[in-house]
Amino acid sequence: MPVQCSSCALSRAVLKRPKTGHSLCKACFFWAFEEEVHHTVVSGRLFSRGETVGIGASGGKDSTVLAHVMKVLNERHDYGLKLLLLSVDEGITGYRDDSLETVRRNQQQYDLPLKIVSYQELYGWTMDAIVKQVGLKNNCTFCGVFRRQALDRGAVMLNVDKICTGHNADDVAETVLMNVLRGDIARLRRCTAISTASDGEGAIPRCKPLKYAYEKEIVLYAYFKKLDYFSTECIYSPNAYRGHARAFLKDLEAVRPSAIMDVIHSGENLSVKEGVKMPVQGTCTRCGYISSQALCKSCVLLEGLNRGLPKLGIGKHHRLHGKILAQQPLTQEEEKKLKAVDF
Amino acid sequence: MCQVDEEYSGHLERRSVPGVSKTCVKCKESTAVLIIRLGDAFCRSCFKEYFVHKFRAMLGKNRVIFPGEKVLLAVSGGPASSSMLAQVQEGLSRDAPKKLRFVPGIIYIDEGGACGQSAEEREKAVALLENILRKTGFPYYIVPLEQVFGLPDSVLESVSCSPEGSGLSYKAAVVQYIQQNEVKQRHSESAGEEAQDAMARLSVHSQYGPEHRQALERLFSSLKTLTAKEDMLQTLRQHLILHTARVSGYSKVMMGDSCTRLSIKLLSNISLGRGAALAADTGFSDPRYGDVVIVRPMRDYSSKEIAFYNRLFGVQSVFIPGLDTKVPDKASIQRLTESFIIKLQADFPSTVSTIYRTSEKLHTACPPLNSSAEPAVKCLLCLCALDTKADEASAFQAILLSERLSVGKAQSDPPSSTTAGSPGQSCCQESGCGAGGCCSTSRASADLKSLLCYSCRLTMKDMTAVDSLPQYITLEAEKRQRRAQMKQEISEFLLEDADDDQE
Repeated sequence: MPVQCSSCALSRAVLKRPKTGHSLCKACFFWAFEEEVHHTVVSGRLFSRGETVGIGASGGKDSTVLAHVMKVLNERHDYGLKLLLLSVDEGITGYRDDSLETVRRNQQQYDLPLKIVSYQELYGWTMDAIVKQVGLKNNCTFCGVFRRQALDRGAVMLNVDKICTGHNADDVAETVLMNVLRGDIARLRRCTAISTASDGEGAIPRCKPLKYAYEKEIVLYAYFKKLDYFSTECIYSPNAYRGHARAFLKDLEAVRPSAIMDVIHSGENLSVKEGVKMPVQGTCTRCGYISSQALCKSCVLLEGLNRGLPKLGIGKHHRLHGKILAQQPLTQEEEKKLKAVDF
Repeated sequence: MCQVDEEYSGHLERRSVPGVSKTCVKCKESTAVLIIRLGDAFCRSCFKEYFVHKFRAMLGKNRVIFPGEKVLLAVSGGPASSSMLAQVQEGLSRDAPKKLRFVPGIIYIDEGGACGQSAEEREKAVALLENILRKTGFPYYIVPLEQVFGLPDSVLESVSCSPEGSGLSYKAAVVQYIQQNEVKQRHSESAGEEAQDAMARLSVHSQYGPEHRQALERLFSSLKTLTAKEDMLQTLRQHLILHTARVSGYSKVMMGDSCTRLSIKLLSNISLGRGAALAADTGFSDPRYGDVVIVRPMRDYSSKEIAFYNRLFGVQSVFIPGLDTKVPDKASIQRLTESFIIKLQADFPSTVSTIYRTSEKLHTACPPLNSSAEPAVKCLLCLCALDTKADEASAFQAILLSERLSVGKAQSDPPSSTTAGSPGQSCCQESGCGAGGCCSTSRASADLKSLLCYSCRLTMKDMTAVDSLPQYITLEAEKRQRRAQMKQEISEFLLEDADDDQE
C-alpha cells in the first residue's frame, strides 16, 4: 500500500526520513532539507550580505550537496552572497585527480568560479611523495594539517571573507565522541561550534551549514536530485581509531535514530571547569599562521619532511622547536628517534 | 575522515605483552600475585594496602563527609558496591586515629519487578543479600522498586542547595556541621516521633501489594525501548534512594560506581543527550538534590582491580540479573556503549582512564543559559537543570524544526521566539494538535514534556502510556504547571529581579 507524505498529505511518500522517521514525498523532502539548512544559516548568523564565500569542494557528496544547497538558498532567500568553489589538490593519484574532475563538472553545472590549490605548489610535496617517505601510518596527520592551511591560503588568494565546509551532523557527532575517547577537552569544547571565531587574526572564519544534516539525508538528497558526486574512500587507508568512533556512532544511530543529534546536543551543553588548562592561540613565528606553539604544525611537519625526519611532527616534540627555528642541526640521538620506521 | 589533526602518540598504540616480573614492584620482596596495570606486579599484602589507601585517599582528598554524619551506602549486590561496603567496614574497624568517622546504613533496591523476575527468584536474591548485609551489623533497608508507587510528590521538590561549605575550610565546615547537629537533636526530641512515623510507613510498604506490582509492570511494558526502560529504572531507583535517605536522616549517599562504570556512563550519557548534566552524573559528588549529596568513592578503581580484590580477600557479592542481562549488544544505547568500551579497552588499555579523566575536567554547575533566566528550573524526572532553553542555533531547535517541517506545512510557520519562550505554551504548538484535536493522553504528554530535560523527553517519547507513571510524578507535574500558570497570570505585577523563587 502506498504511504502518503506526512507533510503535504497529497503525494505518495518516497522515503522515510532518517532523522525523524516521517515518510515524505520528494518535493516535501527537498523543501524540508533546504529549509533546515536555511534555518542553520540564519540562526547561526553564518554570513552577512555582500560577503564572498568559498565553498570547500572535494567532489564528495557532502560538498556537492553543500554547493548545490548554498546556491539554491542564496537565490531563494536572497542572501546576497558571492559564492565560489575552493578545492585542494593533495596529489593523491587515483583519488584526488578523479574527484577533482567531478568538481570541475560541478563548476560548470552550478556556474560558480573554481580555484584549485595544490600541496605541490604550496609545500613542494604531494601526498604521494609524503607517503613514500612516511609510510601509511600517520600520513593522515600531514594531509589534514596541510589541507587546513591550504584552504586558508586559497581563500586569501581569492579574497574570500568566509569558508564553508561540508561537515555534516554525523561528522560533528563523531568528533565529539572521538574527543571524549581521547580526553581532548580543548577540542571537545570547540568541535561543536558552528563557526570558528572570527576575531580576524590570521585565519579566515569557517562554518558548517550542514552541521545538523544527517549524512544519510545528504545521500538521499543527492540521489533524488541526481547530483553528480565522487564516492571513493581515500586510497591511503582511513584512520583506525576514528574508525572505532565512526562504527560506534552508526550503531548508536541504529538503536535510536536521534542519537546523532543527541550527541551534538550533549556536546553543545558541556561545560568545562575553569581551572582546566587550555591552549592559547598565537601565531607561527615562521609563516604567521595561527598556532598555539612557537611553530605551527604544518611548519613542523614540513621541516620534518625536508630534513628527512618525518616523525618530527608526530607526537609532541615542542622542545625541539627552538632548534628548528634557529636552523640548528639536531643531535644524532634526536635524529634517530625521528627517522621513519623501516617496514 | 582524516581532516582533523590526529596525533596519536604512544599511549594509543596497541598494547604490548606485559613484562612479567616475579617480585612485587612495591616491597620488592614478596612474590607478585597479580598485575594491575602494564608491568605493575603487586604482592598480596601490598595490593591490599594500595587498595585500602585509595579508598581513604579518595574520601580524604574530597572532604565532603563530616564526622558523625549518617551515610547511606547504595548496594546492588554487584562486585563494586560490595567492595565499597567491605572498604567501609574495614575503615570503621580500624584503630582510633585512622578510623572512618561516619555512621553508615545500607540500602538495596530490589528491581526484580522491573526486570521480569518471578517472586521466588526475587525472594532468593533478597535472602542471599540480606545474609551479607546482616553480617555487617549496619542498619539496612531493602526496598522493592514497587514502592515508587507509594512515594509522596515531595520527593521531586527541589530543595534549595545551601551555599555552605564552598567558602569554608573543611575544619570550619565540620564545626558548623556539629553545631547544627546539636540544635537539630534538641529539636528532634519532639520531631522524633514524626520521623518514627514516617519510618513506620516506609517499613509497612516494604511489602508491596499486587496493585503496585501490576502498576510497575504496566509502566515498564509501556516503554517501547530497552534504552528508555534502563533510563526510567535509573530515575526511579534514584528517587527511591533519595526518599529513603531523607526519611531516615541520611545526608550523604555513597554509590559504588567504578572507574570503568563511570566511563561507560559518561559515554552513554553523551549518547543519550545528557551532556549538560555530565559532570554531576559522573563526578565525585553530585549536589543536585540539595539536602542529600551523592558521592562516588569507588571512582578511582577499575573493575579489574575490584574483581581482584574481591577474589583475593573473599568479598562476597551476589549476582542479580538486571534489565540488560543476556541481551544482545545493540539492544540499548547503554548496553551498546558498555560493550564498545570494554572491547576498546581490551585493545587500547588507556581507554577507560582517558575517558574518566575527561569527566574530571567538566564543570558541576550548569552555566547560566541566559543572563536574564530564572534560577535554574529542574527536570521533573532526573532533577538536573533544564537544558532545553538553548538559543535558536542549537541541535535542540534544529531537531524541533525537522519535526515541524516533516509533519505538515500548516504548522510550519518560521520558528518564532515563542518556542524558546515559556515552556508551558510552546509545547502545545509543537504537539500538532491541529491534525486531529487534542486527545487527553497526547495533551498530557505534551504538558509533561515541557517540564523535562532534553534526554528525559527522549525517554518519554518512547513511552506509550504516560498515565502509567507513578502518581507522585504526575501530581508534581500538575503542581508545577499550576504554578507556572499562576506566575503567568500575575506576571505583569512581578518586578524584573524577583527571581528568588523559593522553590
